Amino acid sequence: MKPLEKGIKAPDFSLKVTPDQTVSLSDFLGRPVVLAFYPADFSPVCGDEMLLYNEILPEFKKYNAELLGISVDNVWSHLAFAKEKNLHFPILSDFNPKGEVSKLYSAYDEKDGVSERALYVIDKEGKIAWGYISPIGINPGADGILEALEDIK
Amino acid sequence: MNLTVPVSEIDHIQGKEDAPVTLVEYGDFECPYCLEARSVIEIVKHTEGDRLKFVFRNFPLSQIHIHALRAAYAAEAAAKQGKFWKMHDLLFDNQFAFEDSDLTTYAQNLDLNMRQFAEDMKSEEIVKKVKDDFLSGVRSGVNGTPTFFINGVRFDQPSEVEFLQEAIESAAKNGARKEE
Repeated sequence: MKPLEKGIKAPDFSLKVTPDQTVSLSDFLGRPVVLAFYPADFSPVCGDEMLLYNEILPEFKKYNAELLGISVDNVWSHLAFAKEKNLHFPILSDFNPKGEVSKLYSAYDEKDGVSERALYVIDKEGKIAWGYISPIGINPGADGILEALEDIK
Repeated sequence: MNLTVPVSEIDHIQGKEDAPVTLVEYGDFECPYCLEARSVIEIVKHTEGDRLKFVFRNFPLSQIHIHALRAAYAAEAAAKQGKFWKMHDLLFDNQFAFEDSDLTTYAQNLDLNMRQFAEDMKSEEIVKKVKDDFLSGVRSGVNGTPTFFINGVRFDQPSEVEFLQEAIESAAKNGARKEE
């Protein structure tokens, strides 16, 4: 699968972040946004992608960037995951209709019914600045995200 | 994925300086997978002998391992007194006892100058060293702990003896070819 092309407008979306709160991409116009699609909450501990980004959050903040995690898990799973791992950024639930936003970003694995490990950096005008889809078993790390943020600074 | 900050004299290095292969680990003293990997590294160091140089850099996952940062500082503070590897070993041997009082006991066991150790534990220099290690890892594509680099290239296979040996042997061959 190929990521969306650089320069096009990032598709807007609104997703639940808690049982009664939603977050929209357009809320963050004027700031860079990092979208990190991932297959599932609660994968093995020390190599977990969301956990790694949580540690690196201060680096993203240096670019005034907002990090949003997205998977098809429901909000209750997300709440438990965020609490257990002490996550300091929103994780959004692409649960109903399942995978709708992941599909918009060419980041949905139809066979397994989960989001791919896709990364996007969206510039402050809301355009795609960088996209990358990693093999599902490989945590892509954060170097690509930081380079893209540096490029649009 | 390639190592963005080359190995230099500020690193903690075991093995011969002119070894053809360098294995760099980004690790966290409180990470159970790093503990598991430790015996693997010991075996590989033994079987590879003089061809291998081993480097440890700090990658504390401080949001899930609440003692990891202090443990990293303790290792760096011991390094100031020439005992990094001894502290590295003690920390992995005692992974479940990382309170400050435990760290102090380990320093005493290593006969460190305790006043110096206490000062170094809170020195800006050591905070910066650990942070610099962490950021060099982030920039090099470290994606969890442990992450290994062999001659600067990220090793993406499971941390098992045979996979590491295979990768080290192929790196040694490539190095030799380049020199011809």
